[in-house]
Amino acid sequence: LRKNVEDFTGPRERSDLGFVTFDITADILNGKNGLRTIFDWNVKQLFLYLSAEYSTKNNALNQVVLWDKILLRGDNPRLFLKDMKSKYFFFDDGNGLKGNRNVTLTLSWNVVPNAGILPLVTGSGHVSVPFPDTYETTKSY
Amino acid sequence: GPSPRAAMDLFGDLRRMNKRQLYYQVLNFAMIVSSALMIWKGLIVITGSESPIVVVLSGSMEPAFHRGDLLFLTNFHDDPIRAGEIVVFKVEGRDIPIVHRVIKIHEKENGNIKFLTKGDNNEVDDRGLYKEGQNWLEKKDVVGRARGFLPYVGMVTIIMNDYPKFKYALLAVMGAYVLLKRES
Repeated sequence: LRKNVEDFTGPRERSDLGFVTFDITADILNGKNGLRTIFDWNVKQLFLYLSAEYSTKNNALNQVVLWDKILLRGDNPRLFLKDMKSKYFFFDDGNGLKGNRNVTLTLSWNVVPNAGILPLVTGSGHVSVPFPDTYETTKSY
Repeated sequence: GPSPRAAMDLFGDLRRMNKRQLYYQVLNFAMIVSSALMIWKGLIVITGSESPIVVVLSGSMEPAFHRGDLLFLTNFHDDPIRAGEIVVFKVEGRDIPIVHRVIKIHEKENGNIKFLTKGDNNEVDDRGLYKEGQNWLEKKDVVGRARGFLPYVGMVTIIMNDYPKFKYALLAVMGAYVLLKRES
């Protein structure tokens, strides 16, 4: 699992807004069975999401879902996505993105079975994204 | 043949027996209802959720959940709320539970958390569903976390809600069956 990102921040009202672009290379496997694909007889779909996790002065823990995708049974569980932009606005609750060196991006997924338990799995491998100390005033996005 | 006096005695016996049997059947019925209620209360205690089993009412979480699916919830106090989890919550002042996904959390050091939800199948987040002026949900709004699910089974409750005549008919049939069945 590998991600590359560039980032900028922009002030909006009084909260930081982050912009992130990323690549995702992933192979989603069933952890229990090693190399077997995640789509076994009881998996209806996977809800994938990329979330950013970080700490700020205001809040000890922040998690923001930047992007999500639904993989239905039959879709390819290998992903090669390049230059993706976040689907959702990455607002902080305050100004904690500016100069924050420790924002971690992780890919996780919710397994939705045909019937049964709903597990949440976090992928191995995550990327740290340092945000710059200054704001960009205008950015075409 | 039997005298009219003997026939009256026999008939009296029969009426008495039927009354006793009726009381027995009613007690049987009451026992079944009490057991069901006890099981439900037990589930509430075990899961920590006021409503451990909910029926999905809308299509806002498709294609994962459809109207009529059944969800099993837990609401353990120490379970942290994290992005990506599917929560069932109630907006203050409204009775209808909503099943959506947590997309944003901001948690303070003391454990106070505020979070935002969105249905997978919705374009926008749930801010429009919250109370006027409310921008975030808190732990107290959560009915439970979705831990398991069964498709279609909840359709019966939806049909009973939408067609009350069906509900009464079903109750009447069930009541008649329990009261009238004879234990051999």
